[in-house]
Amino acid sequence: MQAEIERAGIATASITLLPEITRKVRPPRALAVPYRLGFPLGEANAPELQRAILKALLAIVHREDVPYVGEYV
Amino acid sequence: MPLSELSLKHRLFVKTYRWREVDPVPCTRLEKEIGECRVALVSSAGLVVPGDEPFDETIKGGDYSYRVIPADADVSSLVEYHRSSAFDHSGVEADANVAFPLDRLHELTADGTIGEVAPRHVSLMGSITAPGRLVAKTAPEVVGILRDDEVDVALLVPV
Repeated sequence: MQAEIERAGIATASITLLPEITRKVRPPRALAVPYRLGFPLGEANAPELQRAILKALLAIVHREDVPYVGEYV
Repeated sequence: MPLSELSLKHRLFVKTYRWREVDPVPCTRLEKEIGECRVALVSSAGLVVPGDEPFDETIKGGDYSYRVIPADADVSSLVEYHRSSAFDHSGVEADANVAFPLDRLHELTADGTIGEVAPRHVSLMGSITAPGRLVAKTAPEVVGILRDDEVDVALLVPV
């Protein structure tokens, strides 16, 4: 899905909880987060953390060294 | 998280599943600053606006349909139809922003981090083991929505 959107001329970035799989699938840009499945934005009712993760995700959208997998720490 | 932390059942699945590799990897150059961009979310948490058609977990190979979630949706009212045993649903049930951070996008617009929130966002059902129809049928429709709304950036959030 991500590749199809990117191919249509819209820049994309995804969160990944399973970077080992993401490296196989090779979407254009992904940010690996250190959380469990079901918690891509970290924690429920944690707006500050969720905003910080979104900002980190937005920060990789300009990257052109695709496929890129970054890490949120 | 590392695959070694998955349950045995799901570890076996991800090891034996034939993951499709994106090749060539497309790259769209973003010509604008993020602060000027219209941003949309694409989530695979199986969230649906109340009253909208539920996702159907009985479809073989996965429910490849999609739902639109408008920018003014009340995130706390969204209904989750994802039934996968692979993940703990308590986070999404307590706060759908944990997989569909629409409230956070509005806040990032207010503080100038992004330009604006797209009028429509896309909700998918994850756990699609047979992605053929997703790619052939759903993806072009999703792309159509994002293009019609002149979206600059799409953020994809799995669960």
